[in-house]
Amino acid sequence: MANEVCLRNFDQDRPWLLEQYQSAGGYEVLKRILREKTPPEEIIEEVKASGLRGRGGAGFPTGLKWSFISRNAPGQKYVVCNSDEGEPGTFKDRDILRYHPHLLIEGMIIAGYAIGATRGYNYIRGEFWEPYQRFEAALEEARNAGFLGENLLGSGFDLELHSHLGAGAYVCGEETALLESIEGKKGQPRYKPPFPAHFGLYGRPTIINNTESLASIPVIMEKGGSWFKELGVENSGGSKMFSISGNINNPGVFEIPMGTPFSTLLEMAGGMKDGRKIKAVIPGGSSAPVIPGDQMMELNMDYDSIAKAGSMLGSGAVIVMDDTNCMVKVLERMSYFYHEESCGQCTPCREGTGWLYRVVSRIENGKGRPEDLALLDDMTVKIAGRTICALGDAAAMPVQGMLRHFREEFEYHIEHKKCMTGS
Amino acid sequence: MGFKNAPMTSATPAEQKASLFTPEIRAEIDRWIAKYPEEWRQSAVMAALQILQDDNGGYLTQELMDQVATYLDMPPIAVYEVATFYSMYELKPVGRHKVCVCTNVSCMINGSNKIVEHMEKKLGIKLGETTGDGKFSLKEVECLGACGGAPMFQIGTNYYENLTTELVDSILEGLE
Repeated sequence: MANEVCLRNFDQDRPWLLEQYQSAGGYEVLKRILREKTPPEEIIEEVKASGLRGRGGAGFPTGLKWSFISRNAPGQKYVVCNSDEGEPGTFKDRDILRYHPHLLIEGMIIAGYAIGATRGYNYIRGEFWEPYQRFEAALEEARNAGFLGENLLGSGFDLELHSHLGAGAYVCGEETALLESIEGKKGQPRYKPPFPAHFGLYGRPTIINNTESLASIPVIMEKGGSWFKELGVENSGGSKMFSISGNINNPGVFEIPMGTPFSTLLEMAGGMKDGRKIKAVIPGGSSAPVIPGDQMMELNMDYDSIAKAGSMLGSGAVIVMDDTNCMVKVLERMSYFYHEESCGQCTPCREGTGWLYRVVSRIENGKGRPEDLALLDDMTVKIAGRTICALGDAAAMPVQGMLRHFREEFEYHIEHKKCMTGS
Repeated sequence: MGFKNAPMTSATPAEQKASLFTPEIRAEIDRWIAKYPEEWRQSAVMAALQILQDDNGGYLTQELMDQVATYLDMPPIAVYEVATFYSMYELKPVGRHKVCVCTNVSCMINGSNKIVEHMEKKLGIKLGETTGDGKFSLKEVECLGACGGAPMFQIGTNYYENLTTELVDSILEGLE
């Protein structure tokens, strides 16, 4: 049951080539839509029925997002793909761009058709040079084959797609920061509302979706929303690409149905390295609160199961840690990241992430004070929910998760000026 | 709703654009400009800075940033804002090979600290520094989205994954 959606051409030789993609039925759905002039509302309904939720991390229903656009509003509209993949632990979109770029292009064209956009951009993080080259080559192939440009396959529908390269900024994965970045500015998130559906790129109605979300569209339109939905479980339609890394034997990207037990995923990833004991798992990218290993072994990989355990599925980035890891050190590194990547716009995040990092760092370095844990608890509450974008929450949540589940390690560090795990 | 979004166009668009840069560089930047709406030349600022940085041995000068501003009809401050916001732009000279090593969680728990220590010792520099002969710079970076190959680093446009100290030696020694 693995590899049904974005990785369905996984076994092909050079799957990134147009020829290969078409030999596996690629672009047939698009051709059908253009030939039959499928009403855009039907496409949006199908995507809604699929239960597809934003795969970048927020999990917002994709079809619902598309329905916010007023199709008949005059003027330019845009479809934007978010390939800024930067949530620590996530490395799935890179594989879509490298190996299955036409799947994404076909998905973007269908999305553009559904909302009446005639232009689109794929924002690729600047470090992804090889994936960018692959995507550019695929765009060129698609253009030459008549899938992009004016009057696609004689349908009267026009769409041009381009890539835009980032230059190193985690915050640009936030959708409005990403739009600002395409506009040639610092990537600082915008106040919402207005949301991009009304006021997006260049002030025009825009849909912006994650790479994996858009790459899931062709198969949804081919096999139907209900087929996709039934791959998964209640509230978590479809399958999902999980990027699993850490202290495991066979890290990588696995596309499996939503609701698959974590233990099965871990097994697919070769199990724990050196036969060590699983200590903790970050189930959805570093912003997701940590879950103790024993508890994680009982959970399923879907939005509700992970949420019930007090964390989130996020981008599906699973970081597995064994019992040699010191949680204080891990949190110190994560807090450094958020401090480094805060865009500086909102005071609680700009200052708060620095405070979080400095306090966790002094605990790690044997200078912790007895009152520090209460201070951290208090700071997280004063950051989360008080900023324009979710980066503040993303910085606070890992701290809250670590203190909830591994508080005694932090207390030990403060009291003994050294680590419980001896690392 | 009082929400405005317009390009930060400079008061008087420059006329001497053709005298800036080489024809090849201009063509490359123009290829990017063509992707965006006509009035949004500034959308090409990130690409222009990257192109000029690569052409200038890996870093940007104020003169280059000012030229980008002129070329894209932007106020210079708007270009400086972009150049200082994104981590891939360098505002000081760097080595011919900038080794960008990830130390985020997945890499860290797979031994990125050993890789860093090994390189620091081998090259005789710390993170953030450049060797005396100008050949190497070491830079600590945030997650590069290749955690399945942790620990990893990037040199130029290439990713190198599943690093070991032996592999690091052979990669660094293989560079001109």
